[in-house]
Amino acid sequence: MSKKNSEEFAKKIRLKTIEMVYKAKASHVGGALSMVDILAALYSGILKYNPRKPKWNERDRFLLSKGHACTSLYATLALSGFFDVAELDNYAKDGSIFLSHASHKIQGVELSTGSLGHALPVGCGLALAAKRKNEKHRIFILLSDGELDEGSNWEAILFAPKHNLDNLTIIIDYNKIQSLGNVKDVLDLEPLSGKLKAFNWQTIEIDGHNHEQIFNALSTLPKQKGIPTAIIAHTIKGKGVDFMESKLLWHYKSPNDEDFRNAIKQIE
Amino acid sequence: MRTAFINQLIQEARNNPSIFLIVGDLGFSVVEPFAEEFPDRFLNAGVAEQNMTGIAAGLAIEGYTVFTYSIGNFPTLRCMEQIRYDVCYHNLNVKIVAVGGGYAYGPLGASHHATEELGMLRTIPNLIVCAPGDPIETRAVTSAIIKHTGPCYLRLGKAGEPIVHQNELEIGIGKMLPVIEGKETAILSTGAMLKYTYDYIEDNKLKWGLYSFPFIKPLDLEGLKIIAENYRKIITIEEHQKSSGFGSAILEGYNDLEESKKISKRPEIKRIAIPDQFVSVAGKQEYLRKLYKIKL
Repeated sequence: MSKKNSEEFAKKIRLKTIEMVYKAKASHVGGALSMVDILAALYSGILKYNPRKPKWNERDRFLLSKGHACTSLYATLALSGFFDVAELDNYAKDGSIFLSHASHKIQGVELSTGSLGHALPVGCGLALAAKRKNEKHRIFILLSDGELDEGSNWEAILFAPKHNLDNLTIIIDYNKIQSLGNVKDVLDLEPLSGKLKAFNWQTIEIDGHNHEQIFNALSTLPKQKGIPTAIIAHTIKGKGVDFMESKLLWHYKSPNDEDFRNAIKQIE
Repeated sequence: MRTAFINQLIQEARNNPSIFLIVGDLGFSVVEPFAEEFPDRFLNAGVAEQNMTGIAAGLAIEGYTVFTYSIGNFPTLRCMEQIRYDVCYHNLNVKIVAVGGGYAYGPLGASHHATEELGMLRTIPNLIVCAPGDPIETRAVTSAIIKHTGPCYLRLGKAGEPIVHQNELEIGIGKMLPVIEGKETAILSTGAMLKYTYDYIEDNKLKWGLYSFPFIKPLDLEGLKIIAENYRKIITIEEHQKSSGFGSAILEGYNDLEESKKISKRPEIKRIAIPDQFVSVAGKQEYLRKLYKIKL
């Protein structure tokens, strides 16, 4: 799919995401919106998948580590044909499988996540299994910046290059805001690229909303044989809705009627 | 027990290509034969138990039967959330193995005493919790948990535990093992307390019964019912904190049997376990057991 199509796809994901959060009076819209362009690119030309056979063995495995931002993943999967878009209306309703953190009970979701720092170690296991079985599929993991505080991630970051997991790519949604403040004020990650390089990762920095840059970064993997790749995607929390952009408040707040109308108008 | 375990694992791995062993940089002079025979199904994950357990979950998703192996609290408490959420919530085929159950590594101190993990782990849904009593039980339980698809925890002692059972066993998940048939009083033992308990009954020529419980979860309720029908008094013994351990599980089991009217009256139950304390003196396993009155 082309960059233009991917941008159109991102717009549809954003609209659906905001609708889900609004209807469910849910949280985490800011972090869901910051990763939409990355999801749109992944599911419109990068990942190998078949929505009719979600467990097809040759598929690429995508794990969302920042499970709290699952609304935009659910929207992406529905719009990619994994299940009916109408099912998204069940999001966060009593008895629904559409939990407010990514749930593996949903077609296309590989791993339940919600507690941070879990998907990358599991992804190392998936990547190691592929290597040991000589299978060619790839593993992509989308992490938040705040969850890089978790030591478990750094255990895995140490592990992957040592075991030559070049079938593993992490994408860091670096929107610069975590639960209680700016990343640089809570636990500064900088120099992030330097840290990952020092851990022997191939590292690329991109604008996480520029589809051409996202496609370029994700189309030529691995960057170096035998070495895993880390893509640091600089993003904006709440991207696409001006009053949500870079605002800590939208880690928590759900849109009221007026917020919802304004947000939809801006994206359309 | 650890030798019995690794030998059984190697034997099973020869016929089962899905078996994969991950160690957390521990297992010197134990795991080498497995690593040499099955290099493609062995991994030293380093001193990083959260990652080790996450990797085990990932390998299990891809079809492996994965064993993680380390000492006491490291493959268990250190990565409890990975066990709960990655392994057990996804109901993955991961077997967590800890050597040094109870005070097996006595002189090494509280860091190496695994005395709370049975209680913590038995609250987690989908997880089978095992503590075999001797090398023969260890072999049988290792084989049983490989046949079972799903998460299991296996508490082992160290090396050199004496054998209690006379013959090799086969055991189903959740079954207890009668060791001595007696009357009036029955001792219910789990893990490495078995040999001490057996010797105590034999040496004192007591008429007591002895039952080994290599499975703390699921608990053998049918077995408990039969014991209740034949004995007036029960003594549970374990190398674990009194709170929420094996004795607690037995109390819960008898309560449920009584509540569901499967027994008319629960027997008198005495629990022998660690009295809600840490050890901060050096001591061999036998010394520490005596110190905290883990004795009949």
